[in-house]
Amino acid sequence: MSINKHSVTLDLERCKGCTNCIKRCPTEAIRVRDGHAIILEDRCIDCGECIRVCPYQAKKATYDKFESFADYKYKIALPAPALYGQFEDLDDVDYVLTALIECGFDAVFEVSKAAEIITEYTRRYMKMNNIPKPVISSACPAMVRLITLRFPYLKENLMPIMPPIEYAARLARQQALETHPQLNDDDICVLFISPCPAKVSYVRNPIGVEKSAVTGVVSVNDFYFKIRSKLKDIKNPMPLSQTGIIGLNWAGSGGEATSLLSEKYLAADGVENCIKVLDEIENGTLHNLEFVELNACIGGCVGGTLNVENPFIAKARIRSLRKYLPISRNRMRDDSGLCDEVLWTKPIENESYESLSEDRLTAIAKMSQIEQIYKELPHLDCGSCGAPNCHALAEDIIKGDAKITDCLITLRDRRDKQK
Amino acid sequence: MDKVNFHFEIDGDNFTSAGEASVRIKKLLREMGFNPEVIRRVSVAMYEGEINMVIHANGGTADVDVYVDRIEITLADCGPGISNIELAMQEGYSTAPDNIRSLGFGAGMGLPNMKRYTDDMRIESEVGKGTTVYMTVNV
Repeated sequence: MSINKHSVTLDLERCKGCTNCIKRCPTEAIRVRDGHAIILEDRCIDCGECIRVCPYQAKKATYDKFESFADYKYKIALPAPALYGQFEDLDDVDYVLTALIECGFDAVFEVSKAAEIITEYTRRYMKMNNIPKPVISSACPAMVRLITLRFPYLKENLMPIMPPIEYAARLARQQALETHPQLNDDDICVLFISPCPAKVSYVRNPIGVEKSAVTGVVSVNDFYFKIRSKLKDIKNPMPLSQTGIIGLNWAGSGGEATSLLSEKYLAADGVENCIKVLDEIENGTLHNLEFVELNACIGGCVGGTLNVENPFIAKARIRSLRKYLPISRNRMRDDSGLCDEVLWTKPIENESYESLSEDRLTAIAKMSQIEQIYKELPHLDCGSCGAPNCHALAEDIIKGDAKITDCLITLRDRRDKQK
Repeated sequence: MDKVNFHFEIDGDNFTSAGEASVRIKKLLREMGFNPEVIRRVSVAMYEGEINMVIHANGGTADVDVYVDRIEITLADCGPGISNIELAMQEGYSTAPDNIRSLGFGAGMGLPNMKRYTDDMRIESEVGKGTTVYMTVNV
């Protein structure tokens, strides 16, 4: 992945060079050097964990601004289901969708509608013979990138079906072109209202498709105030929603998996938990599992860092919103198997973890030096050198990015010996 | 330097930490650029060995020597030893206690899996003294 394609970035002015983020980053992708943090782009999975823990709001998600799309003739909003959980006292999704139209969109297309169709296709995919089990969901882009980087052996298990955001964008475009024949595809702008930075990165570096049909990504928290100001004046919402219980459930952890109507599933949330599950799958120690849903954020998409509301409150609100809704509003009558339009068209790239050297003999020699240095370090994993733990510092030293005196404990001991 | 050694102490008192050395070695092999299939074979064999040492022998040590063309794993413990190695190697044969079985272990697949995932495996064991398992995965 090339530089600048990540959503998660650093605000140098605000960063104090504390070590909160380096210790919490699940892929050891942050270092503190010269008094401020730096993000190692080739390791970052855009999970947003550093945004959560930074006490100075120096870690940020970059995303698009609605205003910069003013020139498009036709603007479609793709609300993530997590958006609905942000508002109190809501008894119908249509209020939010109507508010989006009043914010200046020409149409809305719910991602949860596409999710219901993807659910149906997932059930069909699961019935196919000769597919590697357990099937791992490919809906959370941070998790797909984690698997590509750290669990390449499990790439085969990823479900080769596009995530709801992508399918929603494609359906939304088709629908717009059918209902407005005067439009060209270039006139249409599809904006996803995102709960997390990983989806921003997804649109910049799509997974499984050449190019995403999403034009830009705006954030739930930017739109929160815009929508709120409209909500109070809406007396008669337009009947826009086409989603049932299954679609709304995708907002939270377990929603995707439970809709498959099989009890042989596992749903994990939080990057650390997901890593543990992936380690077990890789070791072949989890038996009788058909489907694995992984969400980088605690609670699922409602836990994304671009939301306003606490994930558990949002989840409870979505639970009350789905009351009296049909199970699904997007049942497909025929059972003709998978259709090509939802399948990945491009294999995911090989982006394995950064290795010490292309040449294995050199890599082994370097690793041997790393182990030697590691033995000399205090094993406190305090982070004050700027690396997340002593082993990471030893690796950085061998790569030429750090020196042993960056370790304050080693430095102190050397000084004491000199006295 | 033609090899690098990693030494792990496997804590016999802490069942929940069994498998940590396997996770660790996986990360290290990845950084040395080994292919995923080799890494998986090493980590599964290590994992099964670690579990065995914790269940049967109150822990032990694991040494992994990484060469360009092979990875050698040596698991040594001071446990009760294996009286009949041939029997122990049979799929489904297990002497794991009930409390371990209730956790989903003790299916009698540990040693057979270690053999399956490695290119060479040798067991030296003396009743009352302990067991050492030597495994090699060729690259």
